[in-house]
Amino acid sequence: MEFSYEVEGGNFSKAGNAASSVKKVLKQLNVDPKIIKRVVVALYEGEVNVVAHAYKGKVLVDIDTARINIRIEDEGPGIPDIDLAMQVGYSTASAMVREMGFGAGMGLPNMKRNADTIEISSKVGAGTIVELTTKLSS
Amino acid sequence: MSEQQFYHALKVDEDLCYGCTHCMNVCPTDAIRIRDGVASIRKNWCVDCGECMKACPVDAIYVEQDDFEKIFNFKYRVAILPSVFIGQFSKVIRECEIIEILKGLGFTHVVPAEATVDVINETMLEEQDGDRDKPMISAFCPSIVRLIQVRFPGLVNNIMPIKPPIDSSAMYYRHLLQEEGKCADEIGVFYVTPCASKIATVKSPVGDDVSNVDGVINMDFLYNKVYHVLKTRSQMGDKCRETVPYLSPKGLNWSLTGGEANHMKGRCLAIDEIHNVISFLEKVENDEIINVDFLELRACDQSCAGGVLLTENRFLTVERIKDRADRIKHSGKYVQNISSVHKDMIKARGYVGKVEPRSMMVLDEDMGIALKKMERVRRMMCYLPGIDCGACGAPNCESLAKDIVRKEANLSNCVFLQRMMEKSKKLDPQHSIRIIEKTWGKDRLDKNCKKKGAKDESSM
Repeated sequence: MEFSYEVEGGNFSKAGNAASSVKKVLKQLNVDPKIIKRVVVALYEGEVNVVAHAYKGKVLVDIDTARINIRIEDEGPGIPDIDLAMQVGYSTASAMVREMGFGAGMGLPNMKRNADTIEISSKVGAGTIVELTTKLSS
Repeated sequence: MSEQQFYHALKVDEDLCYGCTHCMNVCPTDAIRIRDGVASIRKNWCVDCGECMKACPVDAIYVEQDDFEKIFNFKYRVAILPSVFIGQFSKVIRECEIIEILKGLGFTHVVPAEATVDVINETMLEEQDGDRDKPMISAFCPSIVRLIQVRFPGLVNNIMPIKPPIDSSAMYYRHLLQEEGKCADEIGVFYVTPCASKIATVKSPVGDDVSNVDGVINMDFLYNKVYHVLKTRSQMGDKCRETVPYLSPKGLNWSLTGGEANHMKGRCLAIDEIHNVISFLEKVENDEIINVDFLELRACDQSCAGGVLLTENRFLTVERIKDRADRIKHSGKYVQNISSVHKDMIKARGYVGKVEPRSMMVLDEDMGIALKKMERVRRMMCYLPGIDCGACGAPNCESLAKDIVRKEANLSNCVFLQRMMEKSKKLDPQHSIRIIEKTWGKDRLDKNCKKKGAKDESSM
Protein backbone atom coordinates (compact mmCIF):
# COMPACT_ATOMS: atom_id res chain seq x y z
CA MET A 1 0.00 0.00 0.00
CA GLU A 2 1.40 3.37 -0.98
CA PHE A 3 1.03 6.83 0.45
CA SER A 4 2.56 10.11 -0.59
CA TYR A 5 2.83 13.41 1.20
CA GLU A 6 4.12 16.83 0.15
CA VAL A 7 6.46 18.71 2.46
CA GLU A 8 6.73 22.48 2.29
CA GLY A 9 10.17 23.99 2.94
CA GLY A 10 10.28 26.50 5.79
CA ASN A 11 6.87 25.69 7.23
CA PHE A 12 7.61 24.18 10.62
CA SER A 13 3.99 24.22 11.70
CA LYS A 14 3.32 21.44 9.22
CA ALA A 15 6.44 19.38 9.91
CA GLY A 16 5.23 16.07 11.29
CA ASN A 17 2.05 15.76 9.23
CA ALA A 18 3.36 12.78 7.28
CA ALA A 19 4.63 11.18 10.49
CA SER A 20 1.25 11.59 12.19
CA SER A 21 -0.57 10.17 9.19
CA VAL A 22 1.74 7.16 8.92
CA LYS A 23 1.37 6.62 12.65
CA LYS A 24 -2.39 6.45 12.27
CA VAL A 25 -2.07 3.90 9.46
CA LEU A 26 0.35 1.68 11.39
CA LYS A 27 -1.89 1.73 14.46
CA GLN A 28 -4.77 0.46 12.35
CA LEU A 29 -2.57 -2.31 11.00
CA ASN A 30 -1.86 -3.61 14.50
CA VAL A 31 1.87 -2.92 14.31
CA ASP A 32 3.76 -3.15 17.61
CA PRO A 33 3.74 0.31 19.27
CA LYS A 34 7.52 0.12 19.76
CA ILE A 35 8.05 -0.30 16.03
CA ILE A 36 5.53 2.45 15.28
CA LYS A 37 7.49 4.77 17.51
CA ARG A 38 10.77 4.05 15.71
CA VAL A 39 9.19 4.63 12.31
CA VAL A 40 7.45 7.82 13.38
CA VAL A 41 10.52 9.30 15.07
CA ALA A 42 12.66 8.63 11.99
CA LEU A 43 10.07 10.06 9.61
CA TYR A 44 9.47 13.13 11.77
CA GLU A 45 13.19 13.84 11.75
CA GLY A 46 13.21 13.44 7.99
CA GLU A 47 10.33 15.84 7.56
CA VAL A 48 11.97 18.43 9.79
CA ASN A 49 15.17 18.11 7.74
CA VAL A 50 13.26 18.88 4.55
CA VAL A 51 11.41 21.81 6.15
CA ALA A 52 14.63 23.20 7.63
CA HIS A 53 16.96 22.79 4.67
CA ALA A 54 15.09 22.25 1.42
CA TYR A 55 12.66 24.22 -0.76
CA LYS A 56 10.19 21.44 -1.03
CA GLY A 57 10.00 17.72 -0.72
CA LYS A 58 7.97 14.60 -0.98
CA VAL A 59 7.51 11.59 1.29
CA LEU A 60 6.68 8.30 -0.40
CA VAL A 61 5.64 5.47 1.86
CA ASP A 62 5.20 1.85 0.88
CA ILE A 63 3.86 -0.64 3.38
CA ASP A 64 3.47 -4.39 3.18
CA THR A 65 3.15 -6.99 5.92
CA ALA A 66 6.90 -7.39 6.21
CA ARG A 67 8.27 -3.88 6.17
CA ILE A 68 7.74 -0.18 5.71
CA ASN A 69 9.78 1.70 3.18
CA ILE A 70 9.96 5.48 3.38
CA ARG A 71 11.55 7.60 0.68
CA ILE A 72 12.08 11.26 1.45
CA GLU A 73 13.05 13.27 -1.63
CA ASP A 74 13.75 16.96 -1.60
CA GLU A 75 14.69 19.78 -3.88
CA GLY A 76 17.27 21.67 -1.94
CA PRO A 77 20.95 22.50 -1.44
CA GLY A 78 21.98 18.86 -1.05
CA ILE A 79 24.53 17.51 1.41
CA PRO A 80 28.18 18.04 0.40
CA ASP A 81 29.61 15.57 2.90
CA ILE A 82 27.18 12.85 3.95
CA ASP A 83 29.60 11.24 6.43
CA LEU A 84 29.96 14.56 8.22
CA ALA A 85 26.18 15.08 8.27
CA MET A 86 25.78 11.69 9.88
CA GLN A 87 27.86 12.77 12.86
CA VAL A 88 26.00 13.53 16.06
CA GLY A 89 26.00 17.25 16.76
CA TYR A 90 26.97 18.37 13.27
CA SER A 91 24.52 20.97 12.01
CA THR A 92 24.30 23.61 9.32
CA ALA A 93 21.00 24.98 10.61
CA SER A 94 20.61 28.74 10.77
CA ALA A 95 20.28 30.60 14.05
CA MET A 96 16.56 31.07 13.39
CA VAL A 97 16.00 27.36 13.02
CA ARG A 98 17.99 26.64 16.19
CA GLU A 99 15.93 29.22 18.01
CA MET A 100 12.85 27.13 17.23
CA GLY A 101 14.38 24.14 18.94
CA PHE A 102 15.57 22.38 15.81
CA GLY A 103 19.07 22.06 14.38
CA ALA A 104 20.82 20.26 17.21
CA GLY A 105 22.69 18.08 14.73
CA MET A 106 20.74 15.00 15.68
CA GLY A 107 18.58 14.63 12.57
CA LEU A 108 20.34 12.05 10.40
CA PRO A 109 21.92 10.12 13.29
CA ASN A 110 18.52 9.90 14.96
CA MET A 111 16.97 8.65 11.73
CA LYS A 112 19.69 6.04 11.41
CA ARG A 113 19.13 4.88 14.96
CA ASN A 114 15.40 4.50 14.38
CA ALA A 115 15.45 2.62 11.08
CA ASP A 116 16.71 -0.83 10.14
CA THR A 117 18.44 0.48 7.05
CA ILE A 118 19.10 3.97 5.79
CA GLU A 119 20.41 5.03 2.41
CA ILE A 120 21.28 8.60 1.56
CA SER A 121 22.15 10.02 -1.79
CA SER A 122 22.58 13.68 -2.49
CA LYS A 123 23.56 16.05 -5.24
CA VAL A 124 24.82 19.46 -4.17
CA GLY A 125 22.59 22.17 -5.57
CA ALA A 126 19.84 19.72 -6.55
CA GLY A 127 18.55 17.76 -3.57
CA THR A 128 18.72 14.78 -1.29
CA ILE A 129 17.04 11.39 -1.16
CA VAL A 130 16.85 9.48 2.09
CA GLU A 131 15.46 5.99 2.04
CA LEU A 132 14.50 4.25 5.28
CA THR A 133 13.39 0.67 5.70
CA THR A 134 12.10 -0.90 8.89
CA LYS A 135 10.72 -4.39 9.52
CA LEU A 136 7.15 -4.30 10.76
CA SER A 137 6.95 -7.64 12.48
CA SER A 138 9.39 -8.50 15.19
CA MET B 1 -7.62 -7.17 21.72
CA SER B 2 -9.29 -8.10 24.96
CA GLU B 3 -12.79 -9.51 24.75
CA GLN B 4 -13.56 -8.03 28.13
CA GLN B 5 -16.25 -5.38 28.06
CA PHE B 6 -15.44 -2.25 29.97
CA TYR B 7 -17.98 -0.84 32.31
CA HIS B 8 -18.98 2.61 31.30
CA ALA B 9 -21.35 4.93 33.01
CA LEU B 10 -22.73 6.95 30.12
CA LYS B 11 -26.08 5.66 28.89
CA VAL B 12 -28.57 6.78 26.28
CA ASP B 13 -32.19 7.31 27.25
CA GLU B 14 -33.82 5.93 24.13
CA ASP B 15 -37.11 7.69 24.83
CA LEU B 16 -35.52 11.12 25.06
CA CYS B 17 -32.94 10.68 22.30
CA TYR B 18 -34.34 11.88 19.00
CA GLY B 19 -31.32 10.93 16.94
CA CYS B 20 -29.60 14.19 16.14
CA THR B 21 -25.87 14.00 15.51
CA HIS B 22 -24.49 16.34 18.16
CA CYS B 23 -23.02 13.66 20.42
CA MET B 24 -21.68 11.62 17.51
CA ASN B 25 -19.85 14.63 16.12
CA VAL B 26 -18.16 15.64 19.37
CA CYS B 27 -17.09 12.19 20.54
CA PRO B 28 -13.27 12.29 20.66
CA THR B 29 -12.96 8.53 20.09
CA ASP B 30 -15.63 8.21 17.36
CA ALA B 31 -17.53 5.83 19.65
CA ILE B 32 -21.08 6.86 18.72
CA ARG B 33 -23.28 5.72 15.83
CA ILE B 34 -26.94 6.39 15.12
CA ARG B 35 -29.02 3.25 14.71
CA ASP B 36 -32.81 2.99 14.61
CA GLY B 37 -33.14 6.69 15.28
CA VAL B 38 -31.11 6.78 18.51
CA ALA B 39 -27.50 7.17 19.52
CA SER B 40 -25.64 4.03 20.46
CA ILE B 41 -22.32 4.07 22.25
CA ARG B 42 -19.65 1.49 21.50
CA LYS B 43 -18.69 0.29 24.95
CA ASN B 44 -15.11 -0.58 24.24
CA TRP B 45 -14.44 2.66 22.39
CA CYS B 46 -15.99 5.01 24.93
CA VAL B 47 -13.64 6.60 27.47
CA ASP B 48 -16.46 8.11 29.55
CA CYS B 49 -15.26 11.67 29.01
CA GLY B 50 -18.81 13.05 28.97
CA GLU B 51 -18.44 15.23 25.86
CA CYS B 52 -21.60 13.64 24.42
CA MET B 53 -23.56 14.48 27.55
CA LYS B 54 -22.42 18.09 27.40
CA ALA B 55 -23.45 18.29 23.72
CA CYS B 56 -26.87 16.61 23.96
CA PRO B 57 -29.67 19.14 23.35
CA VAL B 58 -32.34 17.06 25.07
CA ASP B 59 -30.46 15.52 28.04
CA ALA B 60 -30.85 12.06 26.59
CA ILE B 61 -27.40 11.01 27.73
CA TYR B 62 -27.19 10.34 31.41
CA VAL B 63 -24.84 8.95 34.00
CA GLU B 64 -26.08 5.81 35.63
CA GLN B 65 -26.05 6.11 39.40
CA ASP B 66 -26.94 4.01 42.40
CA ASP B 67 -30.27 4.51 44.10
CA PHE B 68 -29.76 6.97 46.97
CA GLU B 69 -31.82 4.76 49.28
CA LYS B 70 -29.08 2.16 48.95
CA ILE B 71 -27.07 4.06 51.56
CA PHE B 72 -29.57 3.00 54.20
CA ASN B 73 -28.59 -0.64 53.71
CA PHE B 74 -25.62 0.23 55.90
CA LYS B 75 -25.39 1.29 59.52
CA TYR B 76 -22.39 3.53 58.83
CA ARG B 77 -22.86 5.61 55.72
CA VAL B 78 -19.73 7.38 54.48
CA ALA B 79 -19.89 10.07 51.80
CA ILE B 80 -16.60 10.58 49.98
CA LEU B 81 -16.89 14.18 48.91
CA PRO B 82 -14.60 15.80 46.30
CA SER B 83 -13.51 19.38 46.95
CA VAL B 84 -15.28 20.61 43.82
CA PHE B 85 -18.59 19.87 45.53
CA ILE B 86 -17.83 22.44 48.23
CA GLY B 87 -16.44 24.81 45.58
CA GLN B 88 -19.88 25.14 44.04
CA PHE B 89 -21.14 27.05 47.07
CA SER B 90 -20.33 30.69 47.77
CA LYS B 91 -17.90 31.46 50.55
CA VAL B 92 -20.65 32.63 52.94
CA ILE B 93 -21.69 28.99 53.21
CA ARG B 94 -19.24 27.26 55.49
CA GLU B 95 -17.97 23.75 54.95
CA CYS B 96 -19.42 22.61 58.26
CA GLU B 97 -22.89 23.74 57.13
CA ILE B 98 -22.68 21.67 53.98
CA ILE B 99 -21.44 18.68 55.95
CA GLU B 100 -24.27 19.05 58.48
CA ILE B 101 -26.82 19.12 55.70
CA LEU B 102 -25.32 16.00 54.14
CA LYS B 103 -25.52 14.28 57.51
CA GLY B 104 -29.13 15.40 57.73
CA LEU B 105 -29.74 13.63 54.43
CA GLY B 106 -28.57 10.36 55.92
CA PHE B 107 -24.79 10.12 55.94
CA THR B 108 -23.07 9.31 59.22
CA HIS B 109 -19.64 10.42 57.99
CA VAL B 110 -18.69 13.00 55.37
CA VAL B 111 -15.03 12.85 54.42
CA PRO B 112 -12.94 14.55 51.75
CA ALA B 113 -12.02 12.56 48.64
CA GLU B 114 -8.66 14.32 48.61
CA ALA B 115 -7.79 13.46 52.24
CA THR B 116 -4.90 11.24 51.17
CA VAL B 117 -3.41 13.68 48.66
CA ASP B 118 -0.32 14.48 50.71
CA VAL B 119 0.59 10.80 50.98
CA ILE B 120 -0.17 10.18 47.31
CA ASN B 121 1.97 13.13 46.33
CA GLU B 122 4.89 11.61 48.28
CA THR B 123 4.44 8.28 46.50
CA MET B 124 4.28 10.03 43.13
CA LEU B 125 7.47 11.96 43.85
CA GLU B 126 9.22 8.69 44.74
CA GLU B 127 7.90 7.14 41.54
CA GLN B 128 9.41 9.99 39.54
CA ASP B 129 12.86 8.70 40.46
CA GLY B 130 12.09 5.36 38.82
CA ASP B 131 13.10 4.39 35.31
CA ARG B 132 9.63 4.69 33.77
CA ASP B 133 9.36 6.23 30.28
CA LYS B 134 9.22 10.02 30.31
CA PRO B 135 7.18 12.11 30.42
CA MET B 136 5.40 10.26 33.20
CA ILE B 137 1.66 10.68 32.99
CA SER B 138 -0.60 10.93 36.02
CA ALA B 139 -3.32 8.29 36.41
CA PHE B 140 -5.58 10.81 38.15
CA CYS B 141 -8.20 11.17 35.41
CA PRO B 142 -9.73 7.81 34.43
CA SER B 143 -10.84 9.13 31.03
CA ILE B 144 -7.24 9.97 30.22
CA VAL B 145 -6.05 6.51 31.26
CA ARG B 146 -8.70 4.96 29.00
CA LEU B 147 -7.92 7.37 26.19
CA ILE B 148 -4.28 6.29 26.29
CA GLN B 149 -5.32 2.63 26.30
CA VAL B 150 -7.55 2.93 23.25
CA ARG B 151 -5.85 5.65 21.20
CA PHE B 152 -2.25 5.87 22.38
CA PRO B 153 -1.39 2.27 23.31
CA GLY B 154 2.32 3.02 22.86
CA LEU B 155 2.17 5.38 25.84
CA VAL B 156 0.71 3.02 28.46
CA ASN B 157 4.16 2.61 30.00
CA ASN B 158 4.31 6.34 30.64
CA ILE B 159 1.36 6.12 33.01
CA MET B 160 2.38 6.40 36.64
CA PRO B 161 0.51 3.50 38.24
CA ILE B 162 -0.62 5.33 41.34
CA LYS B 163 -4.24 5.36 42.37
CA PRO B 164 -6.08 8.67 42.35
CA PRO B 165 -6.97 10.03 45.81
CA ILE B 166 -10.58 8.83 45.73
CA ASP B 167 -9.55 5.17 45.79
CA SER B 168 -7.00 5.65 48.55
CA SER B 169 -9.31 7.84 50.63
CA ALA B 170 -12.13 5.30 50.43
CA MET B 171 -9.76 2.56 51.54
CA TYR B 172 -8.31 4.73 54.34
CA TYR B 173 -11.65 5.74 55.87
CA ARG B 174 -13.05 2.24 55.62
CA HIS B 175 -9.97 1.06 57.49
CA LEU B 176 -10.33 3.77 60.17
CA LEU B 177 -13.92 2.77 60.88
CA GLN B 178 -12.95 -0.88 61.13
CA GLU B 179 -10.21 0.07 63.57
CA GLU B 180 -12.86 1.74 65.69
CA GLY B 181 -14.43 -1.71 65.90
CA LYS B 182 -17.16 -1.26 63.33
CA CYS B 183 -18.10 -4.33 61.40
CA ALA B 184 -17.00 -4.33 57.75
CA ASP B 185 -20.48 -5.33 56.55
CA GLU B 186 -22.03 -2.34 58.27
CA ILE B 187 -19.85 0.21 56.52
CA GLY B 188 -21.12 1.62 53.24
CA VAL B 189 -18.76 3.94 51.36
CA PHE B 190 -20.39 6.16 48.74
CA TYR B 191 -18.57 8.31 46.27
CA VAL B 192 -20.08 11.60 45.17
CA THR B 193 -18.87 11.75 41.61
CA PRO B 194 -18.25 14.86 39.49
CA CYS B 195 -18.14 12.91 36.23
CA ALA B 196 -18.87 9.67 34.42
CA SER B 197 -15.33 8.40 34.21
CA LYS B 198 -14.76 8.29 37.95
CA ILE B 199 -17.72 5.93 38.24
CA ALA B 200 -16.17 3.50 35.84
CA THR B 201 -12.98 3.29 37.90
CA VAL B 202 -14.99 2.67 41.02
CA LYS B 203 -17.05 -0.04 39.33
CA SER B 204 -14.27 -1.60 37.28
CA PRO B 205 -10.93 -0.11 38.23
CA VAL B 206 -8.41 -0.14 35.37
CA GLY B 207 -5.67 -2.65 36.09
CA ASP B 208 -7.20 -3.55 39.42
CA ASP B 209 -10.05 -5.75 40.56
CA VAL B 210 -11.29 -4.60 43.94
CA SER B 211 -13.04 -1.41 44.81
CA ASN B 212 -13.45 0.13 48.22
CA VAL B 213 -16.60 1.94 47.18
CA ASP B 214 -20.08 0.45 47.65
CA GLY B 215 -21.98 2.91 45.53
CA VAL B 216 -21.86 6.10 43.52
CA ILE B 217 -24.02 9.18 43.82
CA ASN B 218 -24.06 11.79 41.10
CA MET B 219 -22.88 15.17 42.27
CA ASP B 220 -25.73 17.09 40.62
CA PHE B 221 -28.26 14.98 42.50
CA LEU B 222 -26.68 15.77 45.86
CA TYR B 223 -26.09 19.42 44.95
CA ASN B 224 -29.80 19.86 44.34
CA LYS B 225 -30.62 18.24 47.68
CA VAL B 226 -28.15 20.41 49.61
CA TYR B 227 -29.15 23.56 47.76
CA HIS B 228 -32.78 22.87 48.50
CA VAL B 229 -32.07 22.65 52.22
CA LEU B 230 -30.01 25.86 52.12
CA LYS B 231 -32.81 27.71 50.37
CA THR B 232 -35.66 26.48 52.52
CA ARG B 233 -34.16 26.36 56.02
CA SER B 234 -35.62 28.78 58.51
CA GLN B 235 -32.45 30.02 60.17
CA MET B 236 -28.84 30.41 59.15
CA GLY B 237 -26.78 27.39 60.00
CA ASP B 238 -24.82 29.13 62.74
CA LYS B 239 -24.91 26.13 65.02
CA CYS B 240 -22.10 24.28 63.39
CA ARG B 241 -18.55 24.82 64.51
CA GLU B 242 -15.63 24.90 62.14
CA THR B 243 -13.09 22.97 64.18
CA VAL B 244 -10.12 22.04 62.06
CA PRO B 245 -9.90 22.82 58.37
CA TYR B 246 -11.53 20.11 56.37
CA LEU B 247 -8.71 19.65 53.90
CA SER B 248 -5.17 20.88 53.21
CA PRO B 249 -4.74 23.66 50.63
CA LYS B 250 -2.94 21.15 48.42
CA GLY B 251 -5.84 18.70 48.78
CA LEU B 252 -8.41 21.35 47.93
CA ASN B 253 -6.57 22.33 44.74
CA TRP B 254 -5.50 18.82 43.70
CA SER B 255 -8.39 18.16 41.32
CA LEU B 256 -8.06 21.57 39.64
CA THR B 257 -5.79 22.23 36.68
CA GLY B 258 -2.21 22.43 37.95
CA GLY B 259 -3.18 20.73 41.21
CA GLU B 260 -0.75 17.90 40.66
CA ALA B 261 1.76 19.51 38.30
CA ASN B 262 2.59 22.27 40.82
CA HIS B 263 3.76 19.66 43.31
CA MET B 264 5.86 17.39 41.13
CA LYS B 265 9.58 17.50 40.34
CA GLY B 266 11.29 18.81 37.24
CA ARG B 267 9.52 20.17 34.19
CA CYS B 268 5.82 19.56 34.67
CA LEU B 269 2.92 20.49 32.44
CA ALA B 270 -0.79 20.56 33.17
CA ILE B 271 -3.16 20.18 30.22
CA ASP B 272 -6.92 20.13 30.47
CA GLU B 273 -9.78 19.44 28.00
CA ILE B 274 -9.71 16.21 26.05
CA HIS B 275 -9.01 17.63 22.58
CA ASN B 276 -6.06 19.59 23.97
CA VAL B 277 -4.84 16.39 25.59
CA ILE B 278 -5.19 14.42 22.34
CA SER B 279 -3.20 16.89 20.29
CA PHE B 280 -0.51 16.97 22.96
CA LEU B 281 -0.30 13.18 23.21
CA GLU B 282 0.13 13.01 19.42
CA LYS B 283 3.27 15.07 19.88
CA VAL B 284 4.47 12.99 22.83
CA GLU B 285 4.05 9.89 20.69
CA ASN B 286 6.16 11.40 17.90
CA ASP B 287 8.92 12.19 20.40
CA GLU B 288 8.38 15.87 19.61
CA ILE B 289 8.08 16.64 23.31
CA ILE B 290 11.41 16.16 24.97
CA ASN B 291 12.75 16.92 28.44
CA VAL B 292 9.33 16.98 30.07
CA ASP B 293 9.22 15.01 33.32
CA PHE B 294 5.57 14.94 34.28
CA LEU B 295 2.21 15.45 32.60
CA GLU B 296 -1.00 16.16 34.43
CA LEU B 297 -3.74 15.48 31.88
CA ARG B 298 -7.42 16.01 32.55
CA ALA B 299 -10.35 15.32 30.24
CA CYS B 300 -12.46 18.30 31.29
CA ASP B 301 -11.85 21.99 30.75
CA GLN B 302 -10.88 23.36 34.20
CA SER B 303 -10.35 19.74 35.27
CA CYS B 304 -12.86 18.39 37.82
CA ALA B 305 -14.47 21.81 38.25
CA GLY B 306 -15.66 21.27 34.67
CA GLY B 307 -17.00 17.78 35.44
CA VAL B 308 -20.18 16.98 33.57
CA LEU B 309 -22.10 16.47 36.84
CA LEU B 310 -21.28 19.85 38.33
CA THR B 311 -24.05 22.39 38.42
CA GLU B 312 -22.21 25.64 39.15
CA ASN B 313 -20.15 27.47 36.52
CA ARG B 314 -16.68 25.93 36.41
CA PHE B 315 -14.75 29.20 36.57
CA LEU B 316 -16.60 30.29 39.70
CA THR B 317 -15.99 26.88 41.24
CA VAL B 318 -12.25 27.17 40.59
CA GLU B 319 -12.12 30.66 42.07
CA ARG B 320 -13.97 29.60 45.21
CA ILE B 321 -11.80 26.55 45.82
CA LYS B 322 -8.65 28.61 45.39
CA ASP B 323 -10.00 31.22 47.81
CA ARG B 324 -10.80 28.56 50.37
CA ALA B 325 -7.34 27.04 49.94
CA ASP B 326 -5.70 30.47 50.40
CA ARG B 327 -7.71 31.18 53.52
CA ILE B 328 -6.70 27.86 55.06
CA LYS B 329 -3.09 28.41 54.08
CA HIS B 330 -3.00 31.82 55.76
CA SER B 331 -4.81 30.60 58.86
CA GLY B 332 -2.02 28.06 59.36
CA LYS B 333 -4.55 25.85 61.10
CA TYR B 334 -4.46 22.78 58.90
CA VAL B 335 -2.63 19.82 60.37
CA GLN B 336 -1.95 16.60 58.54
CA ASN B 337 -3.45 13.98 60.80
CA ILE B 338 -2.74 10.71 59.02
CA SER B 339 -0.59 8.55 61.30
CA SER B 340 2.63 7.08 59.96
CA VAL B 341 1.18 3.57 60.15
CA HIS B 342 -1.72 4.65 57.96
CA LYS B 343 0.61 6.51 55.65
CA ASP B 344 2.52 3.31 55.06
CA MET B 345 -0.71 1.43 54.41
CA ILE B 346 -1.93 4.04 51.91
CA LYS B 347 1.43 3.94 50.15
CA ALA B 348 1.56 0.15 50.07
CA ARG B 349 -1.95 -0.15 48.63
CA GLY B 350 -1.68 2.91 46.43
CA TYR B 351 -0.63 1.19 43.23
CA VAL B 352 -2.88 0.20 40.38
CA GLY B 353 -2.10 -3.00 38.51
CA LYS B 354 -0.66 -2.99 35.04
CA VAL B 355 -2.48 -0.76 32.59
CA GLU B 356 -2.79 -2.77 29.39
CA PRO B 357 -3.08 -1.28 25.91
CA ARG B 358 -6.38 -2.10 24.19
CA SER B 359 -6.27 -0.25 20.91
CA MET B 360 -9.61 0.35 19.25
CA MET B 361 -7.99 1.57 16.06
CA VAL B 362 -6.86 -1.83 14.82
CA LEU B 363 -8.75 -2.96 11.69
CA ASP B 364 -7.77 -6.57 12.21
CA GLU B 365 -5.46 -8.53 14.51
CA ASP B 366 -3.83 -10.08 11.45
CA MET B 367 -1.73 -7.49 9.71
CA GLY B 368 -2.26 -8.99 6.27
CA ILE B 369 -6.03 -8.79 6.66
CA ALA B 370 -5.80 -5.32 8.21
CA LEU B 371 -3.79 -4.20 5.19
CA LYS B 372 -6.44 -5.52 2.81
CA LYS B 373 -9.18 -3.84 4.82
CA MET B 374 -7.32 -0.57 4.74
CA GLU B 375 -6.91 -0.81 0.99
CA ARG B 376 -10.68 -1.30 0.76
CA VAL B 377 -11.26 1.72 2.99
CA ARG B 378 -9.05 3.82 0.76
CA ARG B 379 -10.83 2.62 -2.38
CA MET B 380 -14.23 3.42 -0.87
CA MET B 381 -13.02 6.87 0.09
CA CYS B 382 -12.68 7.54 -3.66
CA TYR B 383 -16.48 7.29 -3.89
CA LEU B 384 -17.70 8.68 -0.58
CA PRO B 385 -18.29 12.44 -0.89
CA GLY B 386 -16.05 13.57 1.99
CA ILE B 387 -18.78 15.85 3.32
CA ASP B 388 -18.72 14.22 6.77
CA CYS B 389 -22.41 15.05 7.17
CA GLY B 390 -23.22 12.15 9.48
CA ALA B 391 -26.39 11.27 7.58
CA CYS B 392 -25.23 7.65 7.32
CA GLY B 393 -25.21 7.40 11.12
CA ALA B 394 -21.41 7.45 11.38
CA PRO B 395 -19.47 10.59 12.34
CA ASN B 396 -17.62 10.97 9.05
CA CYS B 397 -17.00 9.30 5.70
CA GLU B 398 -13.88 7.52 6.88
CA SER B 399 -15.71 6.07 9.87
CA LEU B 400 -18.42 4.78 7.55
CA ALA B 401 -15.81 3.15 5.33
CA LYS B 402 -14.23 1.47 8.37
CA ASP B 403 -17.63 0.35 9.62
CA ILE B 404 -18.20 -1.22 6.20
CA VAL B 405 -15.00 -3.26 6.33
CA ARG B 406 -16.00 -4.30 9.84
CA LYS B 407 -19.31 -5.43 8.31
CA GLU B 408 -21.29 -2.99 10.43
CA ALA B 409 -22.61 -0.80 7.60
CA ASN B 410 -23.03 -0.67 3.83
CA LEU B 411 -21.98 1.78 1.16
CA SER B 412 -25.68 2.44 0.50
CA ASN B 413 -25.94 4.01 3.98
CA CYS B 414 -24.44 7.12 2.38
CA VAL B 415 -27.33 9.35 1.29
CA PHE B 416 -25.29 10.81 -1.57
CA LEU B 417 -24.26 7.43 -2.92
CA GLN B 418 -27.93 6.46 -2.74
CA ARG B 419 -28.73 9.29 -5.16
CA MET B 420 -25.96 8.10 -7.48
CA MET B 421 -27.21 4.50 -7.26
CA GLU B 422 -30.76 5.60 -7.98
CA LYS B 423 -29.54 7.57 -10.96
CA SER B 424 -27.87 4.50 -12.42
CA LYS B 425 -30.94 2.41 -11.47
CA LYS B 426 -28.92 0.27 -9.06
CA LEU B 427 -31.12 1.20 -6.15
CA ASP B 428 -34.88 1.49 -5.89
CA PRO B 429 -35.98 4.83 -4.30
CA GLN B 430 -38.32 2.93 -1.95
CA HIS B 431 -35.36 0.90 -0.77
CA SER B 432 -33.40 4.10 -0.12
CA ILE B 433 -36.12 5.29 2.22
CA ARG B 434 -36.00 1.99 4.07
CA ILE B 435 -32.24 2.33 4.50
CA ILE B 436 -32.64 5.84 5.87
CA GLU B 437 -35.36 4.69 8.25
CA LYS B 438 -33.11 1.96 9.51
CA THR B 439 -30.57 4.55 10.58
CA TRP B 440 -32.87 7.36 11.61
CA GLY B 441 -35.97 5.51 12.76
CA LYS B 442 -39.30 4.81 11.14
CA ASP B 443 -41.37 7.77 9.93
CA ARG B 444 -38.44 10.00 10.74
CA LEU B 445 -38.92 12.03 7.57
CA ASP B 446 -42.64 12.57 8.15
CA LYS B 447 -43.85 16.02 9.09
CA ASN B 448 -43.45 16.58 12.84
CA CYS B 449 -44.01 20.05 14.28
CA LYS B 450 -43.16 18.98 17.81
CA LYS B 451 -39.48 18.52 17.13
CA LYS B 452 -36.92 20.93 18.57
CA GLY B 453 -37.10 24.29 16.84
CA ALA B 454 -40.34 23.47 14.98
CA LYS B 455 -43.53 25.48 15.27
CA ASP B 456 -45.18 23.46 18.04
CA GLU B 457 -42.01 22.60 19.91
CA SER B 458 -42.76 21.58 23.45
CA SER B 459 -39.55 21.89 25.34
CA MET B 460 -39.21 20.71 28.86
